[in-house]
Amino acid sequence: MQVYRFTGDTTPDQVLNEAGEVVGELPDQAADLALRWYPFMIFCRKFDERAQLLQRQGRIGTYAPFRGQEAAQIGSFAVLRRTDWVFPTYRELAGLMYHGLEPAHALLKSRGHPDAGRMPEGFRMAPPQIAIAAQILHAVGAGWACKLQQTDDMAVAYFGDGATSEGDFHEGMNFAAVMRLPVVLFCQNNQYAISVPVHRQTASPTIAQKAIAYGVEGVRVDGNDVFAVYQAMRYAADRARRGDGPTLIEAVTYRLGPHTTADDPSRYREAADVERWAAAKDPLVRLRLWLTRQGLWDDERQAACEAEAEARVCQAVAEMEAYPHKSLEDAARHVYAEVPEGLALQLAERGKEAR
Amino acid sequence: MPRWTMIEAIRDALAIALRGDPRVLVFGEDVGKNGGVFRATDGLQAEFGESRVVDTPLAEKAIVGTAVGLAMAGMKPVAEIQFLGFAYEAMDQIAAQLARIRFRTQGRFTAPAVIRAPYGGGVRTPELHSDSLEALFAHTPGLVVVTPSRPYDAKGLLLSAIRSPDPVVFLEPIRLYRAFREEVPEDDYEVPLGRAAIRREGADVTLVAWGPTVPVAESAAAQAAAKGISCEVLDLRTLAPLDRSALQASVEKTGRAVVVHEAVQYAGLGAEIAASIMDLAFYHLQAPVLRVAGLDTPYPPASLEDAWLPSVTRVVRAIERAMEI
Repeated sequence: MQVYRFTGDTTPDQVLNEAGEVVGELPDQAADLALRWYPFMIFCRKFDERAQLLQRQGRIGTYAPFRGQEAAQIGSFAVLRRTDWVFPTYRELAGLMYHGLEPAHALLKSRGHPDAGRMPEGFRMAPPQIAIAAQILHAVGAGWACKLQQTDDMAVAYFGDGATSEGDFHEGMNFAAVMRLPVVLFCQNNQYAISVPVHRQTASPTIAQKAIAYGVEGVRVDGNDVFAVYQAMRYAADRARRGDGPTLIEAVTYRLGPHTTADDPSRYREAADVERWAAAKDPLVRLRLWLTRQGLWDDERQAACEAEAEARVCQAVAEMEAYPHKSLEDAARHVYAEVPEGLALQLAERGKEAR
Repeated sequence: MPRWTMIEAIRDALAIALRGDPRVLVFGEDVGKNGGVFRATDGLQAEFGESRVVDTPLAEKAIVGTAVGLAMAGMKPVAEIQFLGFAYEAMDQIAAQLARIRFRTQGRFTAPAVIRAPYGGGVRTPELHSDSLEALFAHTPGLVVVTPSRPYDAKGLLLSAIRSPDPVVFLEPIRLYRAFREEVPEDDYEVPLGRAAIRREGADVTLVAWGPTVPVAESAAAQAAAKGISCEVLDLRTLAPLDRSALQASVEKTGRAVVVHEAVQYAGLGAEIAASIMDLAFYHLQAPVLRVAGLDTPYPPASLEDAWLPSVTRVVRAIERAMEI
């Protein structure tokens, strides 16, 4: 009897260890990349902390913090072209802003503004998906379009560990594999789906190994190591663009904040666990250690960079708050290409009531 | 001009769309080599190739979900759900995704996919092969819901659906696939979405029907005529958005309406149409709007379906009741 068992190594790939020492293969121009990424990571961290405060002040509604996951997002988005399709969740604002989403726009979703999903022209960014894993299938469809249109663009789906329990994940990976589509399935395993830890989502030791059953390649990478993430994403993107089909990437990371501003994580996880990730494994700390060791960073630069990030965040908040209101009537124009007669009459009634 | 069944007319519409627009692709379970379980795609893969007429894995969510992505990326996907009862498997992708892309992105992206599905009873199928779920889709803003009742319309409506800027759920009555033939032009032509058609003119009662119940309503109208009652048969063709003016014009003329649909009665489209008639033509009504529909049970096993479905006899009885009130 042949019994199939997973016997692979489950250690995530690293380029930098937690002390910021090189233990893997750095990408070309690592210093240039790091000097682009690290200030942006600082900006993202400040943005995230401010957004949570804005919710507490009642200036925005529910917000889903991403802090702790900056390396996973920026390291992977850094590989994307503007013509690649990207299908994010609500926790990918760091990556989306790196890709080109205006920070003020990134706050509109929590603001409850209908234009939050009106993603910028000139990119192929889908709006953040709320239904867990649904966007994976959209990415597979968009990847299919890239193949039919005979370009070497690709489609990337972002999702979390919880999404790997959904049917869409399995249907999407299977579909992309059978059709050999230029798709990257990028999983940020941040250890929790709201309160449920990853070992209650899956009995497999890793998420990456799920790829094997579908005839797909899987990569498990330290998601708090921006270089390792970048290398993994480059590998997956090269395969996609070459026509070698989909890749599943598991970026092992940690959600330092709550699931959303409506969540109290002290109900389900130990403060010591959070501390451990916040202290030793913080993706910003690790990159700063490396930059410092290279002689490319010091306290003075750090202070200047933080001040600049702070100013950009303030500007984004001001722009978000100045963003013009959109009426229900204007939003309702976008249900169909043309407003149906029945809806037009309903809107006219509302208009009369308002007067 | 050829005389075609509805299934032949649908196949021809798909062939015209594939031939005329390189963005069109047809996919689903068994649609390729096998030509579809009802042969709606017979021979299309041989003519247009495996990349445009595609057998997919057996996964309804993925069929609809990839159609969303394809459509957002500028393709014109025509996806098939093999039987409408299996659309339950894909409801998130249809109702929460496909229908909402335009609204969610405020017009930045659209997803003008067509989801075709055979539906309706009368052909002794296993469970979940006969359900009429049109109310679920009509209740979902963003979807256009279309159902033909004859071959000519099936071709013209499907071509309109494929060229529509909005996502269309295209429901094909299984019982009418091969029920009769009629002359269908070989040319490319469209039947407009959102427009009902009068199948029979009448003065006393409007019978509102769609898809599989149109022939039922027509037979009932013929029987009523023998009893001296003149019925108008209105074939809605598009269930959402509703052709309110056609409904209004007919009921203003007749003053009475009977809605005939196969779906279960409770919270079915008949209720919405009855309410619309009261909004549009209350002062013309001489009787309450009546409904003849499926029973409020799941679609029954084959041996019970004749008793379950709206029959000509039940429709005639409703017409007589409307006249007596």
